[in-house]
Amino acid sequence: MFYILGIMFCGMAGGYLLRRRTHLLQTLSRGIMPVICLLLFLMGVTVGRNAEVMDNLASLGVEALLLTLGSLAGSILLARYVYARFFHSRADHEK
Amino acid sequence: MRSSLVIVAFFAAGLFFGRFGRDWLEWVNGESTVYALYALMALVGISLGSDRTLFHALCQQGMRLFILPFATIIGTMAGTALVWPLLSDRSLSDCLMVGAGFGYYSLSSVLISESRGVELGTVALISNLLREIATLLFAPLMARWAGPLAPIAAGGATTMDTSLPVIVRFSGKEFIFVAIVHAIVLDFSVPVLVTFFSIF
Repeated sequence: MFYILGIMFCGMAGGYLLRRRTHLLQTLSRGIMPVICLLLFLMGVTVGRNAEVMDNLASLGVEALLLTLGSLAGSILLARYVYARFFHSRADHEK
Repeated sequence: MRSSLVIVAFFAAGLFFGRFGRDWLEWVNGESTVYALYALMALVGISLGSDRTLFHALCQQGMRLFILPFATIIGTMAGTALVWPLLSDRSLSDCLMVGAGFGYYSLSSVLISESRGVELGTVALISNLLREIATLLFAPLMARWAGPLAPIAAGGATTMDTSLPVIVRFSGKEFIFVAIVHAIVLDFSVPVLVTFFSIF
């Protein structure tokens, strides 16, 4: 896992050094989507081979939905507070 | 939205071929997935490191830009922790790892599969994909009920790419830098927090 983070940091350093090579950066950023598709396909194959996961796909979906609802509710409530506390009052003041 | 459908199609195709076995896919194993992940992490790092809009946004808005990303992180972690008692088979760290995907389903699902197995990786994929889809579909309602920052918080790590158009449309153009910095901080925190929670 830490190796993966290290690769990202190296990429960031490389990206900073290459920041003026717009054409190369555009080509590289176009590569993200195909790699994501490849990754998800490979993951799909791994999941598809795993009979235990395939037999429980519906219950995994319910777990996923509950976690999504929790994530969304928590982050939206705090965003509402942050807007009222740090953004809205300042906007009124500037008017 | 279209790119999400393409990604789901690739995952579904993988499921199909994995389930009904094809000999030409015998080379697919954990190792090939890890190499593809290395390539993705390097590309994501390069795009983050070369992004000059970050520095401009920082100069214009200052430290205020950093309040929302941290609120999103804390709110998401608190929300998933509250749901945890409903999921009897999962540990708290499992739930927090899934939440720490912040909608970045491709990266988080692969990272989680690597450390906790494909079952939790699949939960992470579905959960984070639902987060992105919910943001795209319900951004107008979120903005109306909870203010213009709500669609940005809901979008998590996707607010610089897939959900940026709906944020500009329903939160307003003035929040574009908030959305960009939000995505950069959350993109960065996905691997950091998933790795962190995998220790427990």
